[in-house]
Amino acid sequence: MKKKEIRQFILSFVLALVIYGAIMFAMNSGIINSYWSGILVVACINVVLATSLNLASGYLGQLTLGHAGFMSVGAYISALSSIYLGTPFIISLLIGAVCAAVVGLIIGIPTLRLKGDYLCIITLAFNEIIRVIMLNIGITNGAKGLMGIPMETNFTVVFISAVITIYVIACIVKSRHGRAIISIREDETASELAGIPTSYYKILAFTISAFFAGIAGGLYAHYITILIPKVFDYNKSVEILVMVVLGGLGNLKGSIIAAIVMTILPEYLRAFSDYRMLLYAVVLIAAMILKEKNLVPHLKAKFLKKKDDVEEATE
Amino acid sequence: MTLLKTEGLGIQFGGLKAVDEFNFEIDKNQLFGLIGPNGAGKTTVFNLLTGVYKPTSGQIIFDGKSLLKMSPTQITQYGIARTFQNIRLFKDMSVIDNVKVGLHHSQNYSMFASIIHTPNYYKGEEAIEEMALSLLRVFDLDQFAYVKASNLPYGKQRKLEIARALATSPKLLLLDEPAAGMNPTETAELMETIKIVREKFSIAILLIEHDMKLVMGICEKIAVLNFGTVLAFGSPEEIQNNPDVVAAYLGNEE
Repeated sequence: MKKKEIRQFILSFVLALVIYGAIMFAMNSGIINSYWSGILVVACINVVLATSLNLASGYLGQLTLGHAGFMSVGAYISALSSIYLGTPFIISLLIGAVCAAVVGLIIGIPTLRLKGDYLCIITLAFNEIIRVIMLNIGITNGAKGLMGIPMETNFTVVFISAVITIYVIACIVKSRHGRAIISIREDETASELAGIPTSYYKILAFTISAFFAGIAGGLYAHYITILIPKVFDYNKSVEILVMVVLGGLGNLKGSIIAAIVMTILPEYLRAFSDYRMLLYAVVLIAAMILKEKNLVPHLKAKFLKKKDDVEEATE
Repeated sequence: MTLLKTEGLGIQFGGLKAVDEFNFEIDKNQLFGLIGPNGAGKTTVFNLLTGVYKPTSGQIIFDGKSLLKMSPTQITQYGIARTFQNIRLFKDMSVIDNVKVGLHHSQNYSMFASIIHTPNYYKGEEAIEEMALSLLRVFDLDQFAYVKASNLPYGKQRKLEIARALATSPKLLLLDEPAAGMNPTETAELMETIKIVREKFSIAILLIEHDMKLVMGICEKIAVLNFGTVLAFGSPEEIQNNPDVVAAYLGNEE
């Protein structure tokens, strides 16, 4: 097992390096212009957001609509830290992420007793509360926007952040802790009676998810260099959730692909940009109707007429 | 030696006394049967013992300690594991992962260790894999280890649930109607499995069952529950000849 895992690790690492090298080469030689490299940066930030939300919604099974809230906490705190404390970029990022995690912890403890629709509504409310706070306190400069954030984020930084996020979440999910988290999604009572401290793991997964949302926020702040509260409204939360649902709840690869596609596609569909939210609604409904946890295996099974797992095992 | 003892255990839902003055004892390594007509409160007793419900009166002593203040998770860690009347597996997880969830506390590597892959992590994961496979082997499920749990046939799902419960290394195993929905061949197989489990793991087993052949065949002691109270208590022969029990099941002659 150890050998297999190390081989897999090296393979993924090499793959990430190759992708990074190819994109960097394309950027430097001008195949990808500065407009598209900007979109790639946003795509990587979205990958961080989608994979981290997947931990809370896909693996833990708690549907939350407050991910943009955690992102905004990370964005504002890291930006303020850079501007007023003059901290180095990495430190600002981490301060923002830790603050987002602390907020996640504070929100998580009372709300994770709730399930389904109730949790959705509470996290949605939290998202709006954060947005209104950012709009009204002096230090964030409200609706005029927080300006003067140093431009630090580049493709290398977001790519490394995305790889680290994916790696950490993949590791957690494969460990005993991840199995505990997934078992809560499957059946909370049974999980409790199998000896899993369910409250602890729910809060832990939620907090980790908020931490990475904070990182994404910090990256965003130092890339756009101006923060307006309106960016972090519930539309942003829905957008991230759509990525996760489209990629498949509890499917990391799906989240990555969906995040990239959902960032690049709107660029091609500029003419229809007014109808973007309409499209998201249709996508969500379609995903629900197909009802499968993963769209891809579902379609695969349909087209390839894949044999049942049990049949295969008994043969 | 007494493993589990309840004293005047009771729970009330509004005006309904679902379980009232429930007294019984289970010895170490005993096979104990709990029977009674539908709605007698058998599953409620299980829910009280595992902490899902909090009793409104009485006391539960397990292995010298009161269980009243413990959460379901703590009770499981302290040594009571159970299965459910309607199977509650982690359906989307593989068979082996279901058992691995039960083995959660057998290893203690931290989350940080799993991220940076310390030797402790590898050791822990290998030990869990080993233990899970050997448990599955007891139930003849090792060939299905990497199949999704929901794709198992019904009888094997029941077995997997028992395997998952055993993974928490309990001292007492509660089985809630393990033979429900099984055909006679599967039931006979299950009887064998239960006997093997008790010998191999040397644990006490408390089972709820409607299949009288199974109960009378393997249980050493039986308690009959009716309307939330214990109607009779004794060996299978004593229960079979008890006029109160016959009346509860078949009605009085007049």
